[in-house]
Amino acid sequence: MIDKFVRSTAEALDGVPDGATVLLAGFGDVGMATALLEGLIEQGAKDLVLVCNSGGRDGSAVARLLTLGRVRKLICSFVRAASDAGRLLLAGRLEVEVVPQGTLAERMRAAGAGIPAFYTPTGADTVLAEGREVREIAGRPCLLEYPLAGDVALIDAWQADRWGNLTYRETQRNFNPVMAMAAKLTVAQTRHVVDLGALAPEHVMTPGIFVNRVLHVSG
Amino acid sequence: MADGFTPLDRDGMAARAAHDIPEGWVVNLGIGIPTEVGNFIPADREVIIHSENGVIGAGPAPAPDRINPFLVNAGTQPITLRTGGSYVHHADSFAIARGGHLDLTVLGAFEVSENGDLANWARAAHEPVKQIGGAMDLAIGAKRLWVIMEHTTKEGAPRLRRTCTYPLTAKGAVKRVYTNLAVLDVTPQGFVVRDIIPGLSFESLAARTDAPLARA
Repeated sequence: MIDKFVRSTAEALDGVPDGATVLLAGFGDVGMATALLEGLIEQGAKDLVLVCNSGGRDGSAVARLLTLGRVRKLICSFVRAASDAGRLLLAGRLEVEVVPQGTLAERMRAAGAGIPAFYTPTGADTVLAEGREVREIAGRPCLLEYPLAGDVALIDAWQADRWGNLTYRETQRNFNPVMAMAAKLTVAQTRHVVDLGALAPEHVMTPGIFVNRVLHVSG
Repeated sequence: MADGFTPLDRDGMAARAAHDIPEGWVVNLGIGIPTEVGNFIPADREVIIHSENGVIGAGPAPAPDRINPFLVNAGTQPITLRTGGSYVHHADSFAIARGGHLDLTVLGAFEVSENGDLANWARAAHEPVKQIGGAMDLAIGAKRLWVIMEHTTKEGAPRLRRTCTYPLTAKGAVKRVYTNLAVLDVTPQGFVVRDIIPGLSFESLAARTDAPLARA
């Protein structure tokens, strides 16, 4: 019997090694697997590469992971200057790669989809293209981008069954389905546990084949 | 004011842009004043508002007692969903933006050049703390890009320029600019003034603009 449920955050984050690339979904706090992120802080892995839409606001779990010095490199679409991430960056204590948000999503989609590279017009005529391969395609400069795969993805779901089939609420979805497909180990937290077969097959948003572990959380 | 004109405020600029958005368009509204454009589209005019975090058919802010913490816009402010609206994941949301599925994107800016270059993400080319977000994807993908911004900086420096002084978000992308003083189209011949606030002369507007202006 396939049963992907784990009983604790410790079990959910077991085996995440130092140096891992961690894909953390969420747009602001919405759709962010906060319990799993707290679990990662407890678990102790360090020298991490964190992929997340932003460097987070002060007081957030993301900011806590960063200020604890556990992240070597942050890959994100923006960092606020007045934030822990911004201050760590300016102090030379955090490497940051800023990627346009759509390119960030597409690089992870490519990783999950087996696309080894792609060209995009986004940022091709900006400073982001300096020193990189730009090619004119259909009369337009386009920038070569490579996939962004994770060792671990931390997913925030609304409902899950024991196969790991997931649904999301409203804008909770954001990066979650893309990141779930782009990591070697995909761990989901869910507000609700449902019986296998309870989710209408047409309504499953992330099929369980992309999910390895599921943790039931409250809230 | 001495010149006998009153610049539009934020709501005034948002309302002026909203006036020009026809029924049926799919529109992305950037953070800041562009988001407020949605407040000025009449409820009976069906405009489909896209938000980069995966909303198709964003509606107005809810009453304080009806806030849904799972439903936010690109500025992470609580919103509602219009009847008929839907949600997509982030890669699809940016496929909408990049893939030419938006009739219009409205963004804020620091500067716009007379050939439509947009500068809206940094004040220095190699500023270490970068805030790109979705701006570059949104700027290159829409069928048309409009900008809403103050005509000059607080210090009075023109934001409509021959060439941008700040790092670019995209080249040749902007089609129209709504400022607190005027509405200007970006054409192959440069800025063309479509509309100007009452009491402000064309010459006074030109004096507040770095690039040459043409009359419509």
